Amino acid sequence: MSKQEQHWEKTRGLLFMTLAIWFVFSIGIFLFGAEMNEVGGPFGYPLTYWFTCQGSLGIFVILIFWFANRQEKIDEEFGFSERGDD
Amino acid sequence: MIKGNFIDNLPKVYGIYTGGFLAFIIIMSIAEQMGMTAKTIGICFVAFTVAIYAIIGYLSRTAQADAYYVAGRQVPTVFNGMATAADWMSGASFVAMAGGIYFKGYGYMALLVGWTGGYVLVASLLAPYLRKFGCYTVPDFIGTRYGGNLSRFMAVVVLTVASFTYVTAQINATGTIASVALDIPFQYAVYVGLISILLCSMLGGMRGVTWTQVAQYIVLIIAYLLPVFWISNKMGAGFFPHFMLADEVARIGELEQQYGFVKNAAADLKTVPKGLAGITKAHSAVNATPWAFISLALAMMMGTASLPHVMMRYFTTPSVKAARKSVGWSLFFIFLLYSSAPMLATLSKLSLIDPSLPTGIIGKSIAEVQAIDWYQNWNQANLMFVSDFNGNGTLELNEFFMGGKAVVLATPEIAGLPYVISGLVAAGGMAAAMSTADGLILAIANAISHDVYYKIIDPKAETAKRLVVARVLLVVIGFAGATIAALEIQGILGSVIWAFDFAMSGLFFPLVLGVWWKRANKEGAIAGMFLGLVSGAAYLIWVRTGGSGFLGITQLTFGIFGSAVSLVSMVVVSLMTQAPNAATQKMVDNVRVPAGKSVI
Repeated sequence: MSKQEQHWEKTRGLLFMTLAIWFVFSIGIFLFGAEMNEVGGPFGYPLTYWFTCQGSLGIFVILIFWFANRQEKIDEEFGFSERGDD
Repeated sequence: MIKGNFIDNLPKVYGIYTGGFLAFIIIMSIAEQMGMTAKTIGICFVAFTVAIYAIIGYLSRTAQADAYYVAGRQVPTVFNGMATAADWMSGASFVAMAGGIYFKGYGYMALLVGWTGGYVLVASLLAPYLRKFGCYTVPDFIGTRYGGNLSRFMAVVVLTVASFTYVTAQINATGTIASVALDIPFQYAVYVGLISILLCSMLGGMRGVTWTQVAQYIVLIIAYLLPVFWISNKMGAGFFPHFMLADEVARIGELEQQYGFVKNAAADLKTVPKGLAGITKAHSAVNATPWAFISLALAMMMGTASLPHVMMRYFTTPSVKAARKSVGWSLFFIFLLYSSAPMLATLSKLSLIDPSLPTGIIGKSIAEVQAIDWYQNWNQANLMFVSDFNGNGTLELNEFFMGGKAVVLATPEIAGLPYVISGLVAAGGMAAAMSTADGLILAIANAISHDVYYKIIDPKAETAKRLVVARVLLVVIGFAGATIAALEIQGILGSVIWAFDFAMSGLFFPLVLGVWWKRANKEGAIAGMFLGLVSGAAYLIWVRTGGSGFLGITQLTFGIFGSAVSLVSMVVVSLMTQAPNAATQKMVDNVRVPAGKSVI
């Protein structure tokens, strides 16, 4: 397998992992919205309510930065990263 | 002036700008103490900020295609994040979102999840790859990846349908704010708004829009957060509302139980002015079925990843790496406002319905409420209404009606904040609507000038001529949008949501599969765009004309149907026709590697 194919394989792996986490916090948990809301969440808000107004949103922010860092590492590993900019 | 070391000086430039804006707020509040009228303060706020944007727009003028279309590809990560956040957060986000949460609670908050979660798709599926591609516009990617004028043209059509639906709402919002702040009739105010919008974008194109959007973000975020924190502190609800409103949320739940949601008779409701609503849904309880919530969130997420005016912001970063990080910053800056909207809704609702608070009106006598100053003001502005349906002389929860915009616009006044805050909020709303309108008009005009005029009609056109065409189109599209906005056909929010559905119906899968599926070819992409858009639009028309719909897909989520048709037709047609040639395959390989020259 060529270097480029390996790079793409890893990139795809990271995509699936990112999308899996995304799925959980944008869709998965809201399948159980009613049940989850009976539970207390952070800062004392009902749990589902908290996820809709802070939790999921904040997790998406962190997820994107995490994804960007992981992807940079993958690019560096194969020598595909760009030089001298940010 | 804006070149080279301007980029290095950005933090300083915008630091001074932010300080200057804060100083302006302080000067205005002193002027208010000294007796300046509310009307003058409103005019000052809107005129001062718009003048600043116009100056930035003028300083960013350019005669280079690269600067006009993609801001010279040198916008640093964090600043591009701010510009994207302003580009993204429309008049609807600013003025209507807290109101939507106030009235509809959980079911509406699907939009919060959808309008943020979409950025994960942008970052992981599209933005870095389109940045590597090196295109000027989104149809530029479609046209080059799939080849042929027809695919390029189809992409322009989808882009125009989606963005134009969106832009009329934004021009409408600038008109509304300008007409209130400057006290002129709406029909004229729309054109005042339009001229302000064009001042930012006409001379500098994307470069002008970038630097005005950063300035607009700073205004709109201060204008949103300052009142939320101030009101929360004034009510004694907590100095950092986001972490401290649990008791208030619980208290609203108690009061809702105590009052109950009494249903009004249809005849009574007819007397309520159009556009106003009462509180009929629980504040923090789960009041929508999982599918209703998820389908709306999903439609908004896929729509986010298909809207060209957002995607093209990531064409302006210096590198692929920067494009990825920039998506994160964009969402962070959006998060600051979105996470505050539910807090504002909570504070606003509690201050109105809690009889133990001095501002609470539920349980007071109708005559007493009608004598309150702010009630009279907002009743006159057609945003508040009370009526004694049951004739007991006391205001009940189901007898109080409010417009969605009032949550953002009126809460500062209800909480007893000085008028300077209302002026600030008007400037913030104007900034939000203007920045989005600019992004959208530019997206349409650039697509038509670059993809239709330059790439299809006259490939030999010189840069100067191309930029003249681009600017003429900008003005024409702006005026077309303003003319439709002046007719006031749709509500602000409805048309915004449709734009997402149109975009995802036609563009989501052609864009994503263009990067992630090498086998996708021209025929498939054309089928995907055409059938996706047509079936989505047909579904919308069917539901709007009394159709029952299926699978719980409503007029707000028709993009789910459209994009499903798009996916299936694109895959089927691609597999039935020839695989893309070796050159195209190589182009896709090239897009997937961040290093090296851009593809175009």
